[in-house]
Amino acid sequence: MDVLRSRTSRDVLSLGLLSGAFILFTGAVGMIAAFHEREVVDRFISLGQLMLLTAPFVTAYFAASRLREQGESAPRMLVAGVAVGLLTALPSVILLLFNSDEYRFLLFFTLRLAPLVAASVIAWGRLRAGAEMQTAIGIWLLVAVLVGIVTYSFALIFEVKGDLRSVFVNIDRDWVEVVTFDNRKDLMRGIGALGLVSIVSGLGGSILYLLPTGPRRALIYGLGVTALIGAFGETARLILQENVDRDTLREIFRRDTLRQNAALALFVISTTAGFFWALFGSQARERFSNLDYGPRRAVNTVGFVLFVLLMLMLPWLIGRTLSDVAVTIGIFVLMGLGLNIAIGLAGLLDLGYVTNYAVGAYILAVLTSIGPLGLFKGTFTFWTVIPIALLAAMFAGFIFAVPVLRMRGDYLAIATLGFGEIIGKLAISDWLKPLIGGAQGVQAIPKPIFFGTELKNPEQLYYIVLAASLVTLFVSIRLNNSRTGRQWMAIREDEDVATAMGIDTARAKLLAFTLSAATGGVAGAIFAAKVGTVFPNSFTVFISINVLSLIIVGGIASNPGIVVGAIVLIGMPELLREFSEFRFLLYGALLILMMIKRPQGLIPSKIVTHEAQSGVKPTLATAE
Amino acid sequence: MAGNGKSAPTSILEAKGMTKRFEGLVAVDSLDFYIPEGAIASIIGPNGAGKTTFFNCITGFYEIDDGEILFQGERLHGRSPDQIARLGISRTYQNIRLFSNMSAIENIMVGQEPHLKSSWIGAVLGLPSTREEDALTENRARELLRFVGLEGKGDMLSKNLAYGDQRRLEIGRALASQPKLILLDEPTAGMNPRETLETTDFIRRLRDEIGITIVLIEHDMRVVMGISEHITVLDYGRKIAEGLPADIQTNPDVIEAYLGRGAAATA
Repeated sequence: MDVLRSRTSRDVLSLGLLSGAFILFTGAVGMIAAFHEREVVDRFISLGQLMLLTAPFVTAYFAASRLREQGESAPRMLVAGVAVGLLTALPSVILLLFNSDEYRFLLFFTLRLAPLVAASVIAWGRLRAGAEMQTAIGIWLLVAVLVGIVTYSFALIFEVKGDLRSVFVNIDRDWVEVVTFDNRKDLMRGIGALGLVSIVSGLGGSILYLLPTGPRRALIYGLGVTALIGAFGETARLILQENVDRDTLREIFRRDTLRQNAALALFVISTTAGFFWALFGSQARERFSNLDYGPRRAVNTVGFVLFVLLMLMLPWLIGRTLSDVAVTIGIFVLMGLGLNIAIGLAGLLDLGYVTNYAVGAYILAVLTSIGPLGLFKGTFTFWTVIPIALLAAMFAGFIFAVPVLRMRGDYLAIATLGFGEIIGKLAISDWLKPLIGGAQGVQAIPKPIFFGTELKNPEQLYYIVLAASLVTLFVSIRLNNSRTGRQWMAIREDEDVATAMGIDTARAKLLAFTLSAATGGVAGAIFAAKVGTVFPNSFTVFISINVLSLIIVGGIASNPGIVVGAIVLIGMPELLREFSEFRFLLYGALLILMMIKRPQGLIPSKIVTHEAQSGVKPTLATAE
Repeated sequence: MAGNGKSAPTSILEAKGMTKRFEGLVAVDSLDFYIPEGAIASIIGPNGAGKTTFFNCITGFYEIDDGEILFQGERLHGRSPDQIARLGISRTYQNIRLFSNMSAIENIMVGQEPHLKSSWIGAVLGLPSTREEDALTENRARELLRFVGLEGKGDMLSKNLAYGDQRRLEIGRALASQPKLILLDEPTAGMNPRETLETTDFIRRLRDEIGITIVLIEHDMRVVMGISEHITVLDYGRKIAEGLPADIQTNPDVIEAYLGRGAAATA
């Protein structure tokens, strides 16, 4: 009993149950079964199974690190790993038993006993806390009846319907198939398999933690890369397809799945690479950070140039299908960069960013369409309308900014959210139907023509997005390091003080809203040209939320962060079809996790150094 | 030094019948005061006497309900805080209010705002005039950092600075606008005796070397009596005494406000 009461075992218990709950929850919402459809390594492991494995593995790793903090020994960490594995499997095992025909009676038994147990525990607790016998009996009765109503009605439903699916729609055959590792027929064997896999993964996680730093990093890197490339097998194949001949491709992939040999080779290569990185990486980084400001800047510039070159060659490297995804990501990067001017730089929480996107898209649609709603039937080209869309979005941004200039924080967020909704309603309204087509929207938007070539492929449209993003990036970097940028930052930090410093805050905020809107307008126009039709369903509040989320996940006010955020939040659901069904679940989980574990985002923004540039050596802070 | 003459033409800040009410509560009650140019003046009074409200009225954060405030003969009434800052009044805050996620040097660069002219278009295009102004701003900021003793800490986020450094940085930021009048709200709050002494010397240096008029709210009587040339005592929004430190120390009304009626009787 004492062992159970110690802090160590409580940590292990809670972590293990957390990972068990994770498995149970993802199973119950159908994620595991859906992910099982995608194989990570051919005839070896599916994405669903990988989840079952990863949960105890990662949890055991964390449990081991907790135990180390508490000064526990290595054998105990291994025991903790096994315990985490067991606990992870436990909830799923119970559900499996409940779900089987032979052990269904356990479910009814539990459901009928649950109210009595719960009531007794609570009443006993009250009694020990000094309550009178009569009160305790009253509480017992109350809890027993209340809980009983719920559990007995569930029991009734299960009895009538015959299985759990009537309530938990996703606890079906497919789920059983995955969690028992294809032993649906022989339940005990399946439970054994699940338990064994969990325990081994848990043990693996704690062993990994006990390894010395070098091999540990190498293994994490190797496992991570292999799992990632395996999971995104289709993407990887599409990229390789452009650069490798067909026979080699067939050696590596079976359809969209990594073959076992290829996976092994990939694992070995990435682990070795990881090992060398672990050996020399930190040295290289240290040497880099010891450089003076000048050379360091030079290295960064070279890196940036290489990055731009890579971006320029991207369509050739990844092919048509992925270029299409890249254009979508690019449009969101563009919007992210734009919204970041308002949110990241000036601290204006704008939840109605879709407004500008819609204005840009509809302006382009109406002005260039060759369909019945086109105003000029092709007199205007994409290139002449882009500046018009930009100005129109700026104007809309300005109009919407004026009434909210005095609002701050939450109030501003809610007001802008309202504007976003207004635009959505206007787009679908009968009032504007003669102009923008109501629910049907505007069709037949021609593709941009660049010196006689029609840019109809995603590979070609990609360059428009890239150019627009680079321009926006350039503008926002320039502004960030300027007087205007400092005004915005000051407003973000403390608006009252900013005013007292002599900043005309109304003007600075208007500028932030307007510039941010301009970018959104361009993004909308490019989007309209890409899809060729514009209709109200494309402009929901989810666009604003997507853009905001990618900024938060990537790192507020961090430009590389926005690109990473867009790839993770926009790219991943596009590339993994299985994901897209759970997109918002993923968003929610990711945002919560980020807020708790890494509120500064994946790639936090860096501050601009002024003293270091002029050669002043920093002095260490003295604690006073 | 500028004296305490009754009708000296060199007043920098002057108020007549200044009144500020908050829904029935009269925070500042028909206050008349006068601060000579180049003086170090203090405003003292018990908690809730209306000292910070007085600052907020001068800097335009509160609109006064009655009376008028004149800065170098110009009416401040009806001007927004940023316009008032541009006239040459700057301030620090009782609870330090730096731009905490900006570096120290950036804080000072923002402080120079009233003198900056470049536009965002210039910044985007990288116009020579904008670059020049930016470089100048940066240089001036570095000089000020050195002046307030923060050289080498300029690239640190201001929230990561030590407490005393933050106080000094806030004064540095207030100086960056090259003000004619600076309002310091409890500049030595939370400091140990040695730091207090340093700050007092620093404030005196400000006036002697740069010639700025200084008004400070302060609770530490040693500081007040040590550096002020002119003291105004507020209680419940009213001015109860005014004059030289020596006069204030023996004024029965002041003693009563601080210590109660009995103490005044025995004094």
